[in-house]
Amino acid sequence: MAAVEGPMPGFSFENCIRNRHLEKIGHKAPTAYKTGTTIAGIIYKDGVVLGADTRATEDTVVADKNCSKIHYLADNMYCCGAGTAADTEMTTQMISSQLELHKLNTGRKPRVATANRLLKQMLFRYQGHISAALVLGGVDVTGPHLYSIHPHGSTDKLPYVTMGSGSLAAMATFEDRFKPNMEKDEAMKLVRDAIAAGIFNDLGSGSNVDICVITKDKVEYLRPFDEANIKGKREGNYGYKRGSTAVVSTEVKKIPFEVVATQVVSGTEAMDTA
Amino acid sequence: MASIMTSNYQPAVSAVSTGTLSQPDWLTSELSTGTTIAAVEFDGGVIIGADSRTTSGAYIANRVTDKLTKVTDYIYCCRSGSAADTQAVADIVNYHLNFYKMEMGEEPLVKTAASVFRTLCYNNRDSLSAGILVAGWDKRNGGQVYTIPLGGMWTRMPVAIGGSGSTYLYGYADANYKPGMTKDECLKFIANAISLAINRDGSSGGVIRLACITKDGVERHVLTGDQLPKFYEDS
Repeated sequence: MAAVEGPMPGFSFENCIRNRHLEKIGHKAPTAYKTGTTIAGIIYKDGVVLGADTRATEDTVVADKNCSKIHYLADNMYCCGAGTAADTEMTTQMISSQLELHKLNTGRKPRVATANRLLKQMLFRYQGHISAALVLGGVDVTGPHLYSIHPHGSTDKLPYVTMGSGSLAAMATFEDRFKPNMEKDEAMKLVRDAIAAGIFNDLGSGSNVDICVITKDKVEYLRPFDEANIKGKREGNYGYKRGSTAVVSTEVKKIPFEVVATQVVSGTEAMDTA
Repeated sequence: MASIMTSNYQPAVSAVSTGTLSQPDWLTSELSTGTTIAAVEFDGGVIIGADSRTTSGAYIANRVTDKLTKVTDYIYCCRSGSAADTQAVADIVNYHLNFYKMEMGEEPLVKTAASVFRTLCYNNRDSLSAGILVAGWDKRNGGQVYTIPLGGMWTRMPVAIGGSGSTYLYGYADANYKPGMTKDECLKFIANAISLAINRDGSSGGVIRLACITKDGVERHVLTGDQLPKFYEDS
């Protein structure tokens, strides 16, 4: 008996040669969505505040005016993503899945340090080819924690962090006004202002401010927290009223055409079940 | 801004003039600890020191980095090179030595730690950029410093320097290191070295982190901006 011939297992690279040829004759490969972004986070008195803008860009085009960049990792942990939208989305989903399994296996709430380890080891394994720059924040049994994770897999643990193309504007805001043990309202205002600085001063960031406040026993996901650029209302109505245009003359013409018959055939020959 | 830059640094936001949103270099470039690190042996222990700057292109990604990374209770490493690579290597060595300690029921030797570092750095020498100083104390050989430069070589040295800032320090180290210095003399020696390098090397800066490892464990110090040792040109 001959073995069944299935398709070859694993990845197919047959298009690589074709693509290289197409590139040689001057065609450009399509680019992935890069979320030119402002994301930021701070630690305050009883938890962490994460913030993000909501613009997704594809080269110079705004691909999505209200996208969500604060991703769920676990009930007590969220993660802001900058870089390639697909990469940040998939990485956070995969780690979220691993954390859920870890929770089910151990019967404990996952720790932020665990999520950080999983993320950095995954990004390091892919040697920077996964373009995900992340701000990881959460509260666990040991208190509030905040990490920034770079695409190559290096991480920093700090009381305030920013990432993405708007990170300079946001970091400038933090460096000016951050202080330890802030109150919740003050902390949210600071993160809002940092993201707004990114929205106004960085071309890759824009639209609204999303904020996520994580405390020991509560998560507030505010989307949108603030609309930095509210569109103005048009005051007057500039449309013409019906009948404003004078009718100069009217003419009705007959268009000659041939009638074509169309027949719909339904029902086919009955299946032979004998 | 561009006028004072002598390197081939491209302004991050070239998008303004060209109208295309090209990625700024510091977003995609690998983080590196363009660094100054130093370590010295003395009778009964070691002193290690480092600056605190992590750069990504021309951007300072972290100004209070801790490059003195714990591997066991008595062994630390000073990291220089790619932040991702050195963190990964340090984490792996930490894992191995934890395992070793559980199996053997005693603290691993500094030589053992350095050997594990060397093995990783040598076997993966084509894909890693990591220059590491391993320093610590064990009861067999006391305080020891091992240096593992880029290719994965492995040598014990009574005094070792590393990172981009170390190029400014060879003369200082050769002129000022004396065998048999006390702990306090060593602390001063290392603090001065890091401070001198911070003044000359653009990719070193921030605060000075110091640690002393002896049989009693680790004692850590931080010298902030106003406490940095000063030399003639800053006054």
